[in-house]
Amino acid sequence: MPQKLPPKDVAIIGLGWTGSILAYELADAGLDVVAVERGPWRDTATDFPPSYAPDELRYRIRHELFLRPAQVSLTFRNNANQTALPVRDWGAFMLGNGAGGAGVHWNAETWRFLPSDFVVKSHLTQRYGAKFLPDDMTIQDWGVSYDELEPYYDRFEYLCGTSGTAGNLKGSIQPGGNPFEGPRSRPYPTPAQRQPFSHTLFAKAAAELGYKPFPQPSGNLSRAYTNPLGVEMGPCTYCGFCEWFGCANYSKASPQTTILPALFRKPNFTARTDCEVTKINLDRSGKHATGITFVDSSGEEWEQPAELVMLCGFQLWNVQLLMLSGIGQIYDPNTGEGQIGRNFSHQTISTALGFFDKSKFNFNPFIASGAIGMCIDEFNGDNFDHGPHGFVGGGYMGQVQSNGRPMEFTDAVPAGTPAWGAKWKQAMRDNYLSTVYAGTGVHGSCYSYRQNHLDLDPTYKDRFGRPLVRMTMDFHENELKMNAFLTDIYAEIIKAMGANRVDKRPRKGPYDVTKYQTSHLCGGAIMGSNPKESALNKYLQSWDVPNLFVQGATAFPQNAGYNPTGTVGALAYWSAKAIREQYLKSPGPLVDA
Amino acid sequence: MALASGVALGDNTGQDFSQIERGRYLAAAGDCAGCHTKPGGKNFAGGLPVATPFGIVISPNITPDRETGIGLWSNDDFVRAMTEGIRRDGANLYPAMPYVYYTKATRDDVLAIRAYLNTVPAVDNGVKADQLPFPLSVRTDMAAWNKLYFTPGEFQPISNKNAEWNRGAYLVEGLMHCGACHTPKNFAGGDEKGRPLQGYALQGWFAPDLTTDDRRGIGSWSAGDLAAYLKTGHNRFSAATGPMADVVTHSTSKMTDADLHAVATYLKDQAPPNEKAPQPVAASDPAMKMGAAIYADECSACHTPNGKGIANLFPSLAGSPNVQSTDPTSAIRIVLAGTQSVATDRAPTAPAMPAFGDTLDNREVAAVLTYIRNAWGNAAPLVSAGDIARHRDSLAKGDE
Repeated sequence: MPQKLPPKDVAIIGLGWTGSILAYELADAGLDVVAVERGPWRDTATDFPPSYAPDELRYRIRHELFLRPAQVSLTFRNNANQTALPVRDWGAFMLGNGAGGAGVHWNAETWRFLPSDFVVKSHLTQRYGAKFLPDDMTIQDWGVSYDELEPYYDRFEYLCGTSGTAGNLKGSIQPGGNPFEGPRSRPYPTPAQRQPFSHTLFAKAAAELGYKPFPQPSGNLSRAYTNPLGVEMGPCTYCGFCEWFGCANYSKASPQTTILPALFRKPNFTARTDCEVTKINLDRSGKHATGITFVDSSGEEWEQPAELVMLCGFQLWNVQLLMLSGIGQIYDPNTGEGQIGRNFSHQTISTALGFFDKSKFNFNPFIASGAIGMCIDEFNGDNFDHGPHGFVGGGYMGQVQSNGRPMEFTDAVPAGTPAWGAKWKQAMRDNYLSTVYAGTGVHGSCYSYRQNHLDLDPTYKDRFGRPLVRMTMDFHENELKMNAFLTDIYAEIIKAMGANRVDKRPRKGPYDVTKYQTSHLCGGAIMGSNPKESALNKYLQSWDVPNLFVQGATAFPQNAGYNPTGTVGALAYWSAKAIREQYLKSPGPLVDA
Repeated sequence: MALASGVALGDNTGQDFSQIERGRYLAAAGDCAGCHTKPGGKNFAGGLPVATPFGIVISPNITPDRETGIGLWSNDDFVRAMTEGIRRDGANLYPAMPYVYYTKATRDDVLAIRAYLNTVPAVDNGVKADQLPFPLSVRTDMAAWNKLYFTPGEFQPISNKNAEWNRGAYLVEGLMHCGACHTPKNFAGGDEKGRPLQGYALQGWFAPDLTTDDRRGIGSWSAGDLAAYLKTGHNRFSAATGPMADVVTHSTSKMTDADLHAVATYLKDQAPPNEKAPQPVAASDPAMKMGAAIYADECSACHTPNGKGIANLFPSLAGSPNVQSTDPTSAIRIVLAGTQSVATDRAPTAPAMPAFGDTLDNREVAAVLTYIRNAWGNAAPLVSAGDIARHRDSLAKGDE
C-alpha cells in the first residue's frame, strides 16, 4: 500500500517545458502545486558549467542527459505482422530525462505551424477533394485555430526570447522573414542570429533561384534578454553544442533559463525529482482523477492526492500512462475504435551533402548554434500546389548545420568512401571544412495513418512489471514521395551554392528505429472537436476525465513540417489560460461532448 | 503575519501595527535574521555559529520565549543591548553583535524592532552562546575593548548635507552595519580609525572597498547601479555572492527604493583612500601571456573577450573592484571553488561561476588572475602560485 501524502491542488507529471509552464501558471493562480519528475534535478550552474558542458563523448555519444533503456524502454515493429522487440539503445529519437525534460537537450528551433496546418483535413479536402488523400490516412483538424493560438505562440516566444525576423506582421508581409507564416501580432523579441558562411551562401543561392530565404527562428539568442518573468538570458556564443547538450551560457531557451528560477521562488510550488509516476488514480466512477501514485528512488511508493492532474511527460510516456491508468479506450487499428494510441506519428527528415572545392571554401562549421540556419518555406504544408505531385504535406528546408562536432560527422564523406581506414581519413581531411551537411536539411511532415499507433506490449515489461509501450510505425508512400520531391529541390539549391558534388540522402522506407531523425514524436491522445475522434478537447482536457489535462505533442493529430516546440509551448499557455479562467471557476468539462 | 501572530500573543503592550511594520522593516535593514536565524531554522531562534577573528560566537535566541529568548526583557534592557552592548544580566556582549553600529539607531527605531520581535512566535531554544576560549571567554574584557573602540551615541545628522544623504548615513553607519565587514580591522578586531569602508578580508572573502575609488571601489558605479545591486543582487557590472548574497537575501532586497537610494547617495560621497594605483603588470609578462590564453579558452564565453561581461548576468571584470582589490582573496576563491550569485524576486536567475580548482593548477590560476587584474585598463599586484596554494589549502580545510 502506498503511503498517502497530504493533498495538493495540482499534481504535475513531468517537469519539462509544459510541466514548468503549467506549474508556473497554476501556482501563479494561487494553487498549491507539486511536480513529480522521473529524472534528476538539473540546473545550468551545477549541471552544465562551461568547463565541461561541451563534451561530445559524454553527452552526444554516451547520452548523459537521456533516460537509460534499462530504466524504461519501448518495443517496436513496422507493422502488425511483425513481433515487436524492445529498443535497447536510443536511435530514431532521443528521450529526455530530468528537470527541463527535452527542453534541456533540444536545438531550440522555435517555429509556428501554418494556419492551414490546424485545419489540414478540411483544407486539403476542399482544395484537392477527398479522393486525393490516401484511404488509410487519418489526418484531422485540431479543433483549435491558428488565430486562437497566436497570442500563446507570442507568449512562449517572449518567454524564450526567440531570435528571428518576422515575415508577416498583422497581415503585412515583411522583407527578410518567412512570407508564408501566419500573421504575428508583434516582431520576435530579439533579432535573428547572425549566420555563418555556408548558411549565408545557401540563402543567396535560394534567392537566386527565386525562393524567399529567411533565418530560422532560434531559441539560441542573438543578444542578452530579460523575459517577462525577470529571468535573464545571455547572448549565444555560437559554440555549436546545443542539441544533446545543456547550454552553459544561459543562452538557449530551456525551462532552466526561462522559467524554473522564477517558479522556484513560489512558496506554493514543490518539485519531487527522481520520482517516477506509475499511475493516475481514478475514483470509482472512472470519470474523476483523485491524484497520482509514484515511486521514489528508494523504491517507496507514495500516493499524492490532487484536485487536478496535468500529464506533462514526453509523448510516449504520456500515452503509456493513460493506458496503464485505464483512462479512455486503447485504440484498435482493426476496428478503428478507441482513442488512446491513435494517430501516432513522427517526422520525415532527409538531407543532401554538398562537397565544395576546399581551396575556395572553408565553411568553418564549428561556428554554429542549434537553431542557426537560413531556410525556405515554399514547400511546406500546402504552400504549393500538390495537384501535380500526388502527395500531401511538405516541410521547410535549409542550411541548418548546427555544429562541427567531430564524432558526429564521421559520415560527412562522399558516397562510396570506405567507413574507416586510410581512405576514410583522407576523405575526412579533404572535406571536413568544405562540406555542407545539415542533419535536418529537409524537415518534413509526417501525417497519420490507420496502422501507425501505440499500444501496450503483450510480452515485455518494465522494472515495475508494467507492460512497455509498443510502437507500430512505418513510412507510407505519401511521405516517401513528398520527401523525394523536397530532397531533389534541396539538392538543387546546394548545387547552386557552388558544390562540386551533391549526395542526396532521401528518407527511405521502412521506418528505422535505429537511425536518428528528430525527437518529434507526436499523437496518441489527440485533441479535437468531439470525443468520437479525439482523446482531448481543444483545451487539452481529457474527454473521459475532466480534471485531467494532457499537454505536449501527444495532442497533435498529425505532424506538420516544423519542429514542434513552439506549438507545444503555445498549447500549454492556451490550456493554462482556459484552466485559470474557466475551469477553476467551474470545474468540469470545458466543452460539452 | 506580523499582525496575526501579534494578536495571537495578546500579552504585549503597544500593539501598534505601524510600529510593528516599521520594526519588521528595520529588523531587515539591520539584518538581524542574518545571525539570529539559522538556515532552515525558526525565525530569530538563534543557534547560528558566527565566525569572528577570535573564534566562534553562537547567536542567541531573540524570540519572545520567556526562558530561552528575550521575553522577560524590558524595553530598556533591549535598548541597552542594542546600543550599549550590555546584556539584561549586565554582562557585556561580544562585538559580533554589532552594537558598535546599532548604537547610532534612534531609540524609537530600536523600540520598533523590539515591538516587531514581540510578535514573532516564541521558540524554546536554549543557546550556549559562550564558546570563545580563555581569556576571551571573560566577558568583562569587553569593557576595556569598548573603551578603546566603541563610541556610543545616536547618529547626529550633518547639517550641511541633505536629508537623503543623512538618511543614508544613518542606515550605513547604524543598522545596516556595513563597516562590520567592509571597514579594515585592527589586531583587536576594532575598526581602524580613518579608513572607513575601505575593504577587509574575512570569512574567506574580501569585502570590497565601498569608497568612490575608481579602481578598487565603486567610483564607476552610479547611485542607481548601487541601489539596483542592493535591491536585486545584480547590476550592469556585478553580482552579489558569498556573504553579500546573504545580506541581499535577508536585508537589502527587502528595503525600499528610497532608502537604498539614500544609502547609495551616502556611499557615493565617501572619499577614496589617498593611494596611488599600482603600475599594471606588463602584457609581455609571461604570466600575462599565459593568463590571456587561459582567459580566451575558459572565461571569455561568459565574461566576453573584452572583459565587460553581460549586464545583470555575467559580471564585468574590466573595472571591477573585486578583481582589482589589493587583497585578491575573493577572486582566488571564486576561481578555485566557484560561486553562485544571489536570486531575488526581481532578478531570479542566479547565474553561477563554475569551479576551476580541479582543472587549473596553481600556476594557471595565478596567471589568469594576474591577467584579469591587469587587462583592459585594470591594475593590481601580480598573484603568485604560492598565493593560490595557500588559499587552496585553507579552502580544503574548510577555513574559508
